[in-house]
Amino acid sequence: MTEKYIIKQLSIFSENKAGKLAAIAKIFLDTGVSIQAFNIAEANNFGVVRAIVDKPEIAFNEFAKQNYALQYTDVLAIKMKDVPGGLYEVANLLGGLGINIEYAYAFRTGAYGALIVKVTNPRAAAQKIIDAGLELLPAKDYNF
Amino acid sequence: MFWNEKMETLHGHALEELQLKRLKETISRTQNVGFYKKMFKDAGITPSDIRSLDDLHKIPFTKKADLRNGYPFGFLAVPMNQVNRIHTTSGTTGKPTVVAYTKNDLNTWSDLIARNLTMVGLKAGDIFQNASNYSLFTGGLGIHMGAEKIGCAVVPSGVGNTKRQIEMIQDFGVTGLHCTPSYAMHLTEVAEEMHANLESLKVGCFGAEAWSENMRRDLQNRLGLKAYDSYGMSELFGPGVAFECPEQNGLHIWHDCYIVEIIDPKTGENLGAGEKGELVVTPIMKEAMPFLRYRTGDITMLMEDECPCGRGQKIARLLGRSDDMLTIRGINVFPSQIEHALKNIPEVGDQFMVYVDRVNYQDELTIEVEMNKNVFSGELKDLSNLQTKIVKALQDTLSLRASVELVEPGSLPRFEGKAKRVIDRRVI
Ligand SMILES: [Zn+2]
Repeated sequence: MTEKYIIKQLSIFSENKAGKLAAIAKIFLDTGVSIQAFNIAEANNFGVVRAIVDKPEIAFNEFAKQNYALQYTDVLAIKMKDVPGGLYEVANLLGGLGINIEYAYAFRTGAYGALIVKVTNPRAAAQKIIDAGLELLPAKDYNF
Repeated sequence: MFWNEKMETLHGHALEELQLKRLKETISRTQNVGFYKKMFKDAGITPSDIRSLDDLHKIPFTKKADLRNGYPFGFLAVPMNQVNRIHTTSGTTGKPTVVAYTKNDLNTWSDLIARNLTMVGLKAGDIFQNASNYSLFTGGLGIHMGAEKIGCAVVPSGVGNTKRQIEMIQDFGVTGLHCTPSYAMHLTEVAEEMHANLESLKVGCFGAEAWSENMRRDLQNRLGLKAYDSYGMSELFGPGVAFECPEQNGLHIWHDCYIVEIIDPKTGENLGAGEKGELVVTPIMKEAMPFLRYRTGDITMLMEDECPCGRGQKIARLLGRSDDMLTIRGINVFPSQIEHALKNIPEVGDQFMVYVDRVNYQDELTIEVEMNKNVFSGELKDLSNLQTKIVKALQDTLSLRASVELVEPGSLPRFEGKAKRVIDRRVI
C-alpha cells in the first residue's frame, strides 16, 4: 500500500509581479493553513508556486474561491539523513532505480530533512523506493 | 511630370461624364455577382436607376465583412479563365479576403502606380529598390509592375536582410526606395551604424501604415531623400490608389478610376470637403472584382484647395480608422483575429488584452492572456509549452510575431458593453 505516501502538493499559477507572492502567502495566513515546504518555479513572466501544507483542502478551496488557477500535484517526500551526503544517497538511489525526477526540492525540519520529488508515476515509484530501503514520509504527517 | 497628363488632370464636366460612364459599366459587371444582384433587389433598384453620379447614393455600402462572407470567389464577376492574379489580405477572422485581377486589372493597376512614381520624379534611368514583401501582400508585386512600366531598373529586394539592402543601395546607386515607413526607419538606423553613405537616394515612397510629419522630417534628413506618402488597399487593387505629389500636402486620388465619398461612419451621411470622415470608394475600372461604395474604414477628408500641380482633388493623409483595425508593421490586424486564434486553445480563457508599442521605430505587439483555471495542469513546463503554442497560433493567424504573457484568471479588465481590448501606445 503506497497510497498513504502520496502527498497532495498545491501548484498555484502566479504571475511574476510585485505583490503576487505576498497575496498568496496572505491566503495561507488567513485560512490558518501552515506551510511545510515551499518552492517557486519561474519561466518568463509567470511561475508556479508549489506548497505542501497541513490542510490542503482548506487552502485549495480558498484559492479556487479567489479565482486562482491551481491544481493538486501528487508528490513523494523522501526522508534524508541529516549528514553530509544525505542528498547524494537519495539521488543516487533514485537514479539507480530508473525513477525519473521531473523536479525536486528539499526542506528540513528539526532532526531531519526531506526531498520532495515529482515523478511520473508516484505510486509505482513509492513502492520501488520503499523496497530499496529508503523512508517515505506519509501524507498524514504533514507536520513531519 | 505626368504619366498620363490627360487623365491625371481631368476636371469638371469631362471627369464627371467619364466617371458616370465607367460607373454604369461597373454596375453592369456587378450584376454577375450574387451579392450585388441581391443588394439591388433588396434595395428595390435596378442598374438602370443609376442615371447620374448622384444616383450612386441609392446603392447601399459594401463592407469588408461582406467580402469575407464571399470567400473565396463569391465576388468574382468574371469566369476564372479571365483571372490573371489572386492576392489575399487579412480579414477580421481567421479567413483572409481574396482579391482577383484580370489582365486589364493588372494593367490598370500598374498604370496607376506608373502615374504615382512619375509624379514624384522617377523615370527610366532610375534604380528602384522595392523593399516590400513580394508574396500575397500587394505592395510587392504591385509597386514592382508600375516601376518596371516607367522603365526603372527595379531591384526586387523584398523585406529583411537589412545590411544587404544597404549594400545594394550603395553599390548599385539606388535612387528610389519603396517600403513601409517603419522599415525605412530601421534601414536608416542600420545604415548609420554601418556608416553607410546612401547619397544616391533621392525619392522614398512609404505606405501601408500611418506615419507622421515628424517621421517624414526624420527620414528626409537622415536618408537625404524626399519622402512621399502612398495609400492603397488590396480591395482597390493595392497600393497606388492615392499618392502625394511633390507638394507633399495631401494625396492625389485618381478620380478617373475611383469615385470618392467621405461619410459620417455612424450615420452613413455624405460629408463635404474639409470634413473628416470615413473614406468610401467605388472603383470604376475593376473587372474581376468590382465593388460599389466600399467602406475603407480609413478616416480622412477631401481637401478644399486645388493643387498647384494641376491634378485633381486630394485627400488628407490618413487620420485613423473608423473600426478597430490596427496596422502593425504594415500588416492589418483586427482584435477579432486574435480572439479567434485564442478561442481554439482550450487552456486559455476568453479574456485577453492587446498592447501595441513602438520601440526603436518598430511596432511591437504584446498580448496578455488569462489562464483558464479549469485546465491548468499545475506544471510549469505545460505553461511554457502553452505560451509557445499561443505564439505559434498568433503567428499563423496574423503573420506577425507577438509576445505572449500568461496572466492570472480574473486579473484583466472586464468590460460592460463594447470591449476595449486594444491599447495602442504607439507615439508615431
Ligand atoms: Zn499636386
